[in-house]
Amino acid sequence: MTRSDRIFGLVVTLGALAYVAGALGIQTSFISDPLGPRAFPMLVGAGAALSGLAIMLRPDAEPDWPPVREFTRIGVATAVLVGYALALQPWGYLVPTAIAAAILSWMIDPRPVRALLTGIGLSVGLYLVFRHALGLGLQPFPRGFF
Amino acid sequence: MDILSNLALGFSVALSPFTLMLAVVGCFLGTIIGALPGLGPSNGVAILIPLAFTMGLDATAALVLMTSVYYGAMYGGRISSILLNIPGDEPALMTTLDGYPMARQGRAGDALVLSGVASFVGAFLATIGLMLLAPLLAEVAFLFGPPEYFALYALAFATLGGLASRNQAKAALAAFIGLGISTIGLDNSTGMPRYTGGNLHLMDGIDFLVAIVGLFAVSEVFVFIERHGVGSAVGVRLGRVTVPFRDILHSGWSMLRATVIGFFAGVLPGAGASLGSFLAYTAEKAIARDGDSFGTGNPKGVAAPEAGNNAAAGGALVPMLTLGVPGSGTTAVLLALLMTLNITPGPTLFTERPEVVWGLIAALLIANFVLLVMNVPMVKLFVRILSVPAGVLLPMVTMVSFAGIYSISGSWFDLILMVAFGVVGWLFRKLDVPTVPIILGILLGGHMEASLRRAMVVSGGDWTYLFSSPIAVGLWIAAVAGFIAPMFLRGLIRRREAPEVVTDGD
Repeated sequence: MTRSDRIFGLVVTLGALAYVAGALGIQTSFISDPLGPRAFPMLVGAGAALSGLAIMLRPDAEPDWPPVREFTRIGVATAVLVGYALALQPWGYLVPTAIAAAILSWMIDPRPVRALLTGIGLSVGLYLVFRHALGLGLQPFPRGFF
Repeated sequence: MDILSNLALGFSVALSPFTLMLAVVGCFLGTIIGALPGLGPSNGVAILIPLAFTMGLDATAALVLMTSVYYGAMYGGRISSILLNIPGDEPALMTTLDGYPMARQGRAGDALVLSGVASFVGAFLATIGLMLLAPLLAEVAFLFGPPEYFALYALAFATLGGLASRNQAKAALAAFIGLGISTIGLDNSTGMPRYTGGNLHLMDGIDFLVAIVGLFAVSEVFVFIERHGVGSAVGVRLGRVTVPFRDILHSGWSMLRATVIGFFAGVLPGAGASLGSFLAYTAEKAIARDGDSFGTGNPKGVAAPEAGNNAAAGGALVPMLTLGVPGSGTTAVLLALLMTLNITPGPTLFTERPEVVWGLIAALLIANFVLLVMNVPMVKLFVRILSVPAGVLLPMVTMVSFAGIYSISGSWFDLILMVAFGVVGWLFRKLDVPTVPIILGILLGGHMEASLRRAMVVSGGDWTYLFSSPIAVGLWIAAVAGFIAPMFLRGLIRRREAPEVVTDGD
């Protein structure tokens, strides 16, 4: 089975063509060097398109994809990380870090007690290290919480 | 003697109590990072860069810290190779071949000490090689104009995929993706926005640190989630550790030969430490009288790849410092560090910032002695750290990555971009697309485009100018050869490694 690489090569080739098309839309200013801002992206896009074609025409063996269930887990992990990224600013460091770390720990190794301890320990421990040893300016709680 | 006076300058910078302390801390952290399965020199250094940056260290101090981590991780990589049969990083892969069998025969302690000494020999001699070779190469680099640099970048991309990936098209694609990402943001010479889609966050382009931490560190978390933490630390038992003098003396010549091979493999732009340890191991196997016992726990098979990959780590610093072209994934990360500190590597670095270069070299020499002490008598301590479960380790890596990126940019946009790079990194690893060329493309894309456009300004748009000097032509030939050669080499290697597969009469 070589379907993955054929699809991947096709996606890459289409993406590269879109990138080249995008290069044509770059505005040039009247003061410009002989090459201008379009040429390099077009070269890169052409190279990427060729690579995509090569991958499509000479695909590797199918990678060992995990079962569908695993993809859901990867999706959930991604969602947790995105949520964590969005929560850091409004909620402060400690609470979102503890929650995100606990969920990740539980996803890697489903032992609820240890995951909970990992979350709390990492959140407090890392905060102390970052704040006091390294001097990073992290907000521990939401602004105006105290 | 020029070198001695330069070295004196270097030690005067590096011997301050503060930098010495940084070196010790860096070596300690580095060894831990290298030893933990799933963390290697490149992602270890990657997650620490933003932190080192926000600590407000000056250039020399930051370099000392990060190179100590780098060397430490190279030393530490052997610990998990030998005890768990899991290489901490790709260059440590060859060490598993004889190291793990030795450990299974109850000689884990011997293998650890022997490989620690081999690491020291390789890294120490390579640092001396760096001292001798780098100034010479810096002289040559003064002859480089825009066309030569453009060809040199092409060479680095052509060879980087090399043996690391099994498919040259995918290695090339990775480089093009990196170059493509580097074009996002305001165009340097005309000030016109490119590929920003009107998004203000993208006007400055994509920070390479975001890409590095995402591709190297966050993607690791997804790998472990998919595997349910299998393949992580298991309870490791290690008896008394003694020094196996007989084995060390016995493999002395192997270490020296491996050092020479590894160093030059490291110097080749793009080739790096994996090639160094691979070549060192195969060469020793070919010339040793007891060559057929390689792979069953032969001490020489432990000493050679360890000396080779540590020598390559030193060798890889030569093109990174003199030309600004890194020879491996980790040196690409170190290049990112230099760029963050506003230091432009290249021939002028040696004349304009000698205190940085020689301070770094002095720090490397010091780091080697620190590491020898840490890795031979204190090896048991690091073995204990190995038993940190993945369920604790990986969340920690993630949280450190987030804090680092958040503290340099303070924007949720960069954090989400980092997660996206993490997902892409996981997918690409599945599809066997190497991620190091992506990093190198983002790092060098701006320079590569600038040298191309400068060449066109000089020649008035004449493309043949790119091939007008013998140096440029030589580099282009090397680039083409370096891109094509692995296709044939790979065939050869596969045939030798799998003799049981009958190949006649297809």
